[in-house]
Amino acid sequence: MGVAVHVEGLTKSFGSQNIWSDVTLTLPPGEISVMLGPSGTGKSVFLKSLVGLLKPERGSIVMSDTDIVTCSERQLYDVRRLFGVLFQDGALFGSMNLYDNVAFPLREHTKKSESEVRAIVREKMDMVGLSGTEGKLPGEISGGMRKRAGIARALVLDPEVILFDEPDSGLDPVRVAYLNQLIVDLNAQIDATFLIVTHDIGTARTVPDNLGLLFRRHLAMFGPREQLLTSQEPVVRQFLNGRREGPIGMSEEKDVAQVEAEMAALEARGGDQHNGVGPKGASGGEAVPPQLEPSPGLPERKAVRRRQERVARMLHTYDPTTADAIRASLPADLLALADSGSYRPTTVGSREWRTEDGADLVVPDPRGRP
Amino acid sequence: MSAPGEKPTAPGLLDGKLSPLRPLKASGNLFAFALDVVRAVFRRPFQLREFIQQTWFVASVTILPTALVAIPFGAVIALQLGSLTRQLGAQSFTGSASVLAVLREASPIVTALLIAGAGGSAICADLGARKIRDEIDAMEVLGISPIQRLVVPRVLASMLVAVLLNGLVSVVGVVGGYFFNVILQGGTPGAYLASFSALAQVADFWSGEIKALVFGLIAGIVASYKGLRAGGGPKGVGDAVNQAVVITFLLLFAVNFVITAIYFQLVPPKGQ
Repeated sequence: MGVAVHVEGLTKSFGSQNIWSDVTLTLPPGEISVMLGPSGTGKSVFLKSLVGLLKPERGSIVMSDTDIVTCSERQLYDVRRLFGVLFQDGALFGSMNLYDNVAFPLREHTKKSESEVRAIVREKMDMVGLSGTEGKLPGEISGGMRKRAGIARALVLDPEVILFDEPDSGLDPVRVAYLNQLIVDLNAQIDATFLIVTHDIGTARTVPDNLGLLFRRHLAMFGPREQLLTSQEPVVRQFLNGRREGPIGMSEEKDVAQVEAEMAALEARGGDQHNGVGPKGASGGEAVPPQLEPSPGLPERKAVRRRQERVARMLHTYDPTTADAIRASLPADLLALADSGSYRPTTVGSREWRTEDGADLVVPDPRGRP
Repeated sequence: MSAPGEKPTAPGLLDGKLSPLRPLKASGNLFAFALDVVRAVFRRPFQLREFIQQTWFVASVTILPTALVAIPFGAVIALQLGSLTRQLGAQSFTGSASVLAVLREASPIVTALLIAGAGGSAICADLGARKIRDEIDAMEVLGISPIQRLVVPRVLASMLVAVLLNGLVSVVGVVGGYFFNVILQGGTPGAYLASFSALAQVADFWSGEIKALVFGLIAGIVASYKGLRAGGGPKGVGDAVNQAVVITFLLLFAVNFVITAIYFQLVPPKGQ
């Protein structure tokens, strides 16, 4: 099972320019989360901060008892082995063929014999559907294949957390659909924690368990997918429906009067339900479409049940629309438990959930206080 | 992966805001990077394969231009000395003076120019291209230090090649000087050869080699530093290469002066 990543009060600036401040969220273990946000809100910076390539000024990122923001260089190199990262264009080493690219981390970090390396590389290349192209150079294959090869390389050290930086960028919709299916299939097979940074609303609506939105230098919202998909928050609604009417402007934010006028005009047309289809898969108003299932023949995603238990315990904290949407996704036994009141709200800090064995998870205080 | 808010320019001495502390900060960063490289030299495992590949690469881009530059350089020195010694009536010292000039100054300088201009720029462009394709970040995320894996072999390679090139330039320069003095200026071959060791000594050769070693170190470190900090797309790589070559030249000529000054303090001239 993947590990949880606790982000607390994270703040990052470049010089005098603040990128985002006070970002607090937890990536639940083994679940798929998607981070959305208009261009230029620092989604990639967030991703780079998670793996310690950039140092935020304040806050903490705690993962398996290590704070990535303050730990030493040596600890950082150790904790990074728990991460797999897919960079935007795959970031394959241009001088090596695909086989050597995928084998690279194994050869650098392990003392495995060449035949063991070959077996592992075969397995990972097979998982991403690239068997037979081992001898090709990264320059000779298409963008979608480069991304798949990048995923294979990220998988090779059996990471606990996998980060995807815009897996849909530069791909046609069909390849995006295949890649999304691959992401869900991988999650079912390795049960690691996934974080996807993207602009693609179609992906955001169907792939993740949790959704987040960065806007105006803050984390506007982060929670179960139902929470954002049914949210009435103007920023979230505008982004998920891909329309011009709303607080997000072309480059900077708009003034209040203009937003109000736009929203009134939108309501007059009948709201999002009648606004038609937006770009990048943005459509659907407040509907909560079904999540992607793993391909037939693969094991079930273990994260699904864990997540259902987690959100069932938090059911009372959501507003009625969200709660209804979550209820629709819960199995009968958990619903009964939630309704019987046996789910005492367990709060650790600002978070609520339960670990595998039923004990309340103790979230380490980032500042070291008990 | 673009970092929003980050200025899309390569970090350099003169871009962005001018502040009296900027040059200080830049040199501090370069020095800290150099210390990191020195520390990483001793970290196992040593990247032998990469070292050999890089040595071959740096040698292949520098050997031919160096030889081609060394011939006219030796010739110019021979021509200048040929007429100068005739004016002074010291023709018998022509050979000696030309060897001295080639060994002490000409060959380290030619080596420096070629190591910085051909080797350093190639290293910087290679690392810069990898940086903007996220390869360096990917390597770090895979838990591999780019300094140990990529920079150390390159710096050592440029040092080794610089030392070897210095030998090459010395030979080619002296042979070129002989050719021009004897064949073109009608000098006496016997006198030219006989006076070889009148002024020059073995310590001159060693000082040239030590200079070349230091020049190789500086060129390798500056090129890697600039390459790893390239940013802002393909233009950023071009800027980084440009800055790397300019900074290396400035440093090399300054360091050359210092080493020469120290040399004259340490090694007494022949005949005193």
